[in-house]
Amino acid sequence: MRTPKLTALALLAVIGASSLQAQETVAITGGTIYPVSGPRIENGTIVLTNGVITAMGANVAIPAGARRVDAAGKWVTPGLVAPVSSLGVVEVGAVTDTRDASSRSTNGIAAAFRVWDAINPNAMSLPVARQDGGITTVGVMPSGGFVAGMGAVIDLRQGVMVDAMLRKSPAVMVATLDNAAAAQAGSRAEALAKLRTLLRDAREFNLGRVRYDAGNMRELSASRADLEAMQLVLRGTIPLVVNADRASEILNVIALGKEFGIRVVINSGAEAWQVGAQLAAAKVPVMTGAMNNIPDGFSSLGQRQENLGLLRAAGVQVAIVGNGAGGEDNFNIRNLRYEAGNAVAYGMTWDDALRAITLSPAEILGVSDRVGSLAVGKAANVVVWSGDPFEYATQPLHVFVAGSDAKVMTRQEMLTQRYRTLPVKY
Amino acid sequence: MRQFLVLLCLAAPALQAQSTGSAAAPARSPSGPGSGALSQPNADPFPSTYKAPTARAVLITNATILTAAGPQIDRGFVLMRDGKIVSVGSGAAPAAGDAEVIDANGRYVTPGLIDTHSHMGAGSAPGGQALSDINEATAPTTAHVWVEHSVWPQDAQFPRVLAGGVTTLQILPGSANLIGGRSVVLKVVPSTSVQGMKFPGAKYGLKMACGENPKRVYAARGPSTRMGNVAGYRTAWIQAEAYRRRWDKWLGDRSGDPPARDLALETLADVLRGNILVQNHCYRADEMLQMVDIAKEFGYQIRSFHHGVEAYKLADVMARENISGSLWSDWGGFKMEAIDGIRANLALVHNAGARAIVHSDDASGAQRLNQDASKARAAGAAIGITIDDATLIKWVTLNPAWAMDLDSRIGSLEAGKNADVVLWSANPFSVYARPDRVWIDGAPRLDRSDPRQAWRTDFELGYVPAASTQAGGRR
Repeated sequence: MRTPKLTALALLAVIGASSLQAQETVAITGGTIYPVSGPRIENGTIVLTNGVITAMGANVAIPAGARRVDAAGKWVTPGLVAPVSSLGVVEVGAVTDTRDASSRSTNGIAAAFRVWDAINPNAMSLPVARQDGGITTVGVMPSGGFVAGMGAVIDLRQGVMVDAMLRKSPAVMVATLDNAAAAQAGSRAEALAKLRTLLRDAREFNLGRVRYDAGNMRELSASRADLEAMQLVLRGTIPLVVNADRASEILNVIALGKEFGIRVVINSGAEAWQVGAQLAAAKVPVMTGAMNNIPDGFSSLGQRQENLGLLRAAGVQVAIVGNGAGGEDNFNIRNLRYEAGNAVAYGMTWDDALRAITLSPAEILGVSDRVGSLAVGKAANVVVWSGDPFEYATQPLHVFVAGSDAKVMTRQEMLTQRYRTLPVKY
Repeated sequence: MRQFLVLLCLAAPALQAQSTGSAAAPARSPSGPGSGALSQPNADPFPSTYKAPTARAVLITNATILTAAGPQIDRGFVLMRDGKIVSVGSGAAPAAGDAEVIDANGRYVTPGLIDTHSHMGAGSAPGGQALSDINEATAPTTAHVWVEHSVWPQDAQFPRVLAGGVTTLQILPGSANLIGGRSVVLKVVPSTSVQGMKFPGAKYGLKMACGENPKRVYAARGPSTRMGNVAGYRTAWIQAEAYRRRWDKWLGDRSGDPPARDLALETLADVLRGNILVQNHCYRADEMLQMVDIAKEFGYQIRSFHHGVEAYKLADVMARENISGSLWSDWGGFKMEAIDGIRANLALVHNAGARAIVHSDDASGAQRLNQDASKARAAGAAIGITIDDATLIKWVTLNPAWAMDLDSRIGSLEAGKNADVVLWSANPFSVYARPDRVWIDGAPRLDRSDPRQAWRTDFELGYVPAASTQAGGRR
């Protein structure tokens, strides 16, 4: 019923001369480069060729015919990576028809749910996240229920269909513990038992497919499709991202990972700082925000803004989730960089904070071979900032995704332009 | 509004006694009925018991000062004594006798921040139904409720906003109802009672709400449409005007039995008398413009539009009608009436000459009003609207003070005003800045270097690890 067709068409009207497909060579010159995977480079140059970084350093020959982007006095970083979002699958939160992030499963188990099948590449927040936020890669995560389904990673390319945006699908399986209601369980312990049962059943299913198909297996706790999807977790192909906040529940997740030999990642993790040593020892990463300090539930009484800094000090791999500056994980995912700044204000080092919104989430989501840092051979996802990217006064001047810094007029910019001078002229 | 009142007074001279506030409660014997038997303008049955603790005078020197009353002062001083600002200036600091002298070493000093839109204490941590006291969602018009009766002073969110430099909060009822009830203005201080937090002498506000929320909540019984919403406001004001006339007449001539007292209409009548300020939750420009007409129809003033994600579409009207905008830097998109949210909203409202206010509606956002202002300024800069620090600070201090009619007492650093002061670790519009010290009425309320003194609510004792509420951490 929504009729934003005109707007969507208008969005495709590209501003500037750059081509969408980035069949060109660009040289970003003179900036201070923060590669994340290596030391800072003063007065450096990055060459982008056909969507890939082909040269980077302080003394780089600029190819003939390259378009030059003068970054003198500017800061150059990898495109930011937001690990958890609903970009493209939730347009207007309160409008049911625009919500595509969850499934309606009968028992809360929807492991086979593929959230990326419904990503709308014309979603209004996509260019906003990229152009206001310098975000070039996002995790699109399913939500709701107990085992919510599989999430994907997309690059925020403009003017292409979803298949060209997808960087990894599936990237993760998402489940929620610490919340009996979500698991349709009577307690936290029962929720954990249900997850353990699901993993056991999935393993049994895999070992006894012939018996299963012949109908000679006891009734299992999930559908065939869900049991099949869980094989990706059991095989270690994708990690199991578990939403959990209470320190004791986080320890349960670590134990679950060991019991089944699977990779687990903690999301939310309000009290993770209390079990930093255990998380580090088990090499379990944590994805959390830097602006939460309210004891807003009996699972998060110990929530504090020093969480990220303390976890890093304990040797835990961390990624920053943008969720503290306006709630919406689509409309305002652009605020991720300010979350990083707040992490620094509460004890994280600046370098760690940048890593926590670039390379670390890329590693956790399994896409660090191509994104999350600046290095020759990696995707040309690069941002040129007017200053420190964590500061409010700073703006992204160029955001390259796959080598293209083409800008579109966002819906918000159209509205701003229309009402810049009152009375309005329609 | 003023003109309307004047006309009424001319028609009924007896009312003038009311409008000058001289209608004291009639004397009663201790055993007789209390003052509550009568519908009194400016009745105060739950009076503030707040008293600022006696504190040593403080002289902050060598500070970068954003006074909210003039240009930035470099290497300046602030002297506070007996709860008030004594002097603010640049150059040599005055002799301060026994005052505690703090060398700010270039750090920033600002007035205490003020949030016009909070539900703290009414919707308390850790949440859940037991602590959900924001919306009396049992009828579309609940002008009879006072949100202070929901406020739990042990809400762990209070000390956290204090640590964000916030010294004054307006607590509002929620937006489920067309008319949600009375607001209350609180100082962010520990207290056993809400009365002990109440800002002495502050006017009450009235929460009104437009649009999607009321029509969604009452879809079954009505209103279920925006036209139903508007009919609901108008019906209430018609009743209120009749009530006000009835009572003002009786208070003037004391003739016969007093009219029956009605809690809801008493609040609305005090809005019509100008004693209670309208705080109007409204997202869409077309609805705000209708609310302006309703206010004119019944002769009241809208003091602030809250949320107003489309305020930029009527910023000229807001300036003309003297309506402030209590706004977010960039929330939007979460419902249809919020999809036109833009980051330049605050800057455009400011640029049109209306009062721009950064509000939170959120205990997390309330801890970073300064950061939200900074973000909104950057959006203005992107479209050519330049706002300096000295002006920007007003969005979180003097302008919200005005929205509660407290700008003569708080919101700027000027001699004689309440000594609500924040010493920041850096420029407050930097993402890295944090309050190092906070004073309310000259009394020290936060010192980040001494976590042992951090305010911990009753709820937090035992439940919340002390470390997680320490205002300390790294500087």
